[in-house]
Amino acid sequence: MPDAKFKESIKQALANPQLGGALGRFFEAYAPSRARVYEGMDFEALRTTIAAIKSQAAEHMEEMASRFTKEAEKRGAKVFLAKSGDEVKAYIAKLAQDKGVKRIVKSKSMASEEIHLNSYLEKQGLSVKETDLGEWIIQLAGQRPSHMVMPAIHMSKEEVTELFSKEVNERLEVDIPRLVKVARNELRKAFLEAELGITGANMAVAETGTLVLVTNEGNARLVTTLPPIHVAIVGLEKLVPKFADIAPVLQALPRSATAQQLTSYVTMITGTVPTLVEGGVQAKELHIILLDNRRTEMRADPVFKQALQCIRCASCLNVCPVYRLVGGHVFGHVYAGGIGTILTAWFNEMHNSKDIQGLCIQCGRCKEVCPGKIDIPELIVELRRQITEKAGLSLTQKLIFENMLTNRKLFHNMLRAASLAQKPFTGRGSMIRHLPLFFSKYSEFRSLPAIAEVPLRDRMDKLEQTVRVVPQGKAVFYSGCLIDFAYPELGEDVIKVLNQGGYEVVFPQGQTCCGAPAKYNGVHDVAVKLAKQNVEALSSVNAEVVISACPTCTVAIKHDFVKALQDDPEWGPKASALADKVRDFSHFILEKGLTNRTNQSNQAFPTTKVTYHDSCHLKRTLGISREPRTLLKTVPGLELVEMSESDMCCGMGGSYSLKFPELSAPILERKLKHIRESEAQVVAMDCPGCLMQISGGLDKQGRRVEVKHTAQILAEMLAKQNTN
Amino acid sequence: MREELFSLFKERAEMVSAEVHRVKDVQRAVEFIRKALSEIASAQPGETEALLLRGSLLEGVNPAELEQPGAKVYDDNFDRLAPGVMIGISQLDLAIADTGTLCQDATDVKKRLVSTLPSVHIALVPTGGLVANLAEALEKFQGQVPGYLAFITGPSRTADIERVLTIGVHGPERLIVLFIDEVGGGSLA
Ligand code: SF4
Ligand code: SF4
Repeated sequence: MPDAKFKESIKQALANPQLGGALGRFFEAYAPSRARVYEGMDFEALRTTIAAIKSQAAEHMEEMASRFTKEAEKRGAKVFLAKSGDEVKAYIAKLAQDKGVKRIVKSKSMASEEIHLNSYLEKQGLSVKETDLGEWIIQLAGQRPSHMVMPAIHMSKEEVTELFSKEVNERLEVDIPRLVKVARNELRKAFLEAELGITGANMAVAETGTLVLVTNEGNARLVTTLPPIHVAIVGLEKLVPKFADIAPVLQALPRSATAQQLTSYVTMITGTVPTLVEGGVQAKELHIILLDNRRTEMRADPVFKQALQCIRCASCLNVCPVYRLVGGHVFGHVYAGGIGTILTAWFNEMHNSKDIQGLCIQCGRCKEVCPGKIDIPELIVELRRQITEKAGLSLTQKLIFENMLTNRKLFHNMLRAASLAQKPFTGRGSMIRHLPLFFSKYSEFRSLPAIAEVPLRDRMDKLEQTVRVVPQGKAVFYSGCLIDFAYPELGEDVIKVLNQGGYEVVFPQGQTCCGAPAKYNGVHDVAVKLAKQNVEALSSVNAEVVISACPTCTVAIKHDFVKALQDDPEWGPKASALADKVRDFSHFILEKGLTNRTNQSNQAFPTTKVTYHDSCHLKRTLGISREPRTLLKTVPGLELVEMSESDMCCGMGGSYSLKFPELSAPILERKLKHIRESEAQVVAMDCPGCLMQISGGLDKQGRRVEVKHTAQILAEMLAKQNTN
Repeated sequence: MREELFSLFKERAEMVSAEVHRVKDVQRAVEFIRKALSEIASAQPGETEALLLRGSLLEGVNPAELEQPGAKVYDDNFDRLAPGVMIGISQLDLAIADTGTLCQDATDVKKRLVSTLPSVHIALVPTGGLVANLAEALEKFQGQVPGYLAFITGPSRTADIERVLTIGVHGPERLIVLFIDEVGGGSLA
């Protein structure tokens, strides 16, 4: 469980009205604007190019650095390779002292934030002014940036007015254009007086020794033009091999960052250039500090080196349902959001990410938009695993994961017993109000389903399977815990639909939890054990296909088992063979046209509106979103209407909703709002986890929208057709 | 082709609040600048000052030829004048159509002063300097990358306060782009 201090910071963030205000509006507008600015471009191809450039550069980091150094020095720059932040600080402090520098102006540099340069230089008696408007605002406020691209996005115009009024000693009005003018005037003086300018760089080209700076305000142009000395602090991950590599990165960076075609200014500096000094022009002093701060170590890590492909566009933050709620400060360090969690673990200390790594609900939206093609959720799971391995499990976790989850019989008997224990409390249909499911704490914001009296596995013997059409073959059904123990009727519907399509369904009793809870909690060894148990059970039957109606389970079988067992000569091949056979329910039904066989007429006047919720794993990991919709459209009487943000997470995330109910609840609330606004009477989905979350939320609010798995809708349709 | 590039440039640059114009030759460019100066000056109390960095396009044009009632034009003392003048006039090398971007080898510090400090930047560019995209522009510098290569897309902007777009934070708040079709010594591109 996350610690109390961390929980408190989440509470404070949730209470900040600005996060709901400007930030909320920005995020709402971001996804469609981003889509528009990439229109007509092949984003996949572009990001494949960028990922290749960046990973090649990372792979050869030292070579790149020495080539860059050579080229930049040829053009008159001084290049210094700093192992740590302390070395950077010492270098700049000495330079300032040697040159008699008193006043420094800075344009935005995350690397300097990373090493807390400002406070150090100020302690040396230097005046340091941030000139990017957002950075200046947070400097005046004594805060940290809350977003990589929009550092002051968490602040309101009133707060900014307050800060500026103090700074210029004058009561200012709350008027954004006026405030911007004030900043222009104040900072203009600083530009003209400063003896030293500090910048970061968005790229550093090894082939030519060129620095690339991207800004909208024009402050980097002034910082690199007016003061006679320029210091650029450049993280080693900013290196790219060739001058021609600039173009693809620049195609993506502004589009992904702020949905702009290009920023107002792009500046490419190669070596020293003329500058103005008292009474004339002379060559500017250019110092380039290449910052390592564990980047070479990161490169040596087979998993985490991928994070070096980041171009710091922050689009992963802009689409993240959790970042949208809590903003950046909860993440505790300069880098926020999913990628920030990873960077913080490396550039600070692993333990700094102990709590924040838990914030990721694993929805995969960031991965979908990342121009560096980084699998952020997977890296976070890896981080979780390493942190868990180091810290060990709590006693309860040990009990649940190691003693119970891996002992199938014990686990399933506990669930059966839990079903009895909850009995007196079950109320309102199949929803219970005050009881835990799966040994978990109760959450206020939604009802939870009762654990079924008879789980699916105990119904299988008595279940009559009537294969009406020409037999097609055998299908193994992998139900997963939720269908098995909470929604056995849904499992029966899956079986009915398969039967109608000509498949005899087999339910191997040896199947057990897919291990997702263990994986997403970083308990790797338990996930491996469960993978083996399931591979064994599901391969025991010779069937054409393995069907899962829970996308999280499908992903486990299709990807996680294979990954967990790939180095095992005995289990690896078995896991791969199983992965080839597994299909998610809707995908298989549509692929085989199974509902067409009995479906005579789908000409009926639509009387019911249905809206579809895309489950994260289904859409983004398995790439399935068209299939269930196509199936729903064939159902007589149903009209499919789209809700907005249909592929936004519902806030379930397995045990996430129990660890962070305060985050799960508002994410769910947003989903319910969109469902409401769609005016549908039915909301369909393909995941029992989403089903649990969404129906629990609707139940709690007393709303009468029906929540159904696609399998349930199809089963109802088939039942109707059979009685006709 | 040139026409297509020009209209694409115009569309894209106007999307980001640049003002885009085009004239046939240098004589008409001079007239355009005079008109622009007089308009700006008449909306302004006191004297309006402009700083001219004569590129190859305006070679031989005398500041006095551009001056208007209320608008004074200088072409020297850049270090002293640039921070105070309202208007900067200079020449850029290339125009990138698909993003509406101007590009310039700005190694000469005067080129930077005149385009960063004033509130209005009048940017002259030969129509022959139009290229399709950034990659094409970069290719022209491949092999001998200038010390300071500048790309300008519209006026200076920020959205750092509550995501409200505001023009003209540190750089010019107006960017007036003037294409000149017929260039005496041929196109620079
Ligand atoms: S991780 Fe990807 S999306 Fe996030 S800032 Fe880096 S490049 Fe952008
Ligand atoms: S997977 Fe989802 S919750 Fe996790 S960082 Fe990415 S967008 Fe945020």
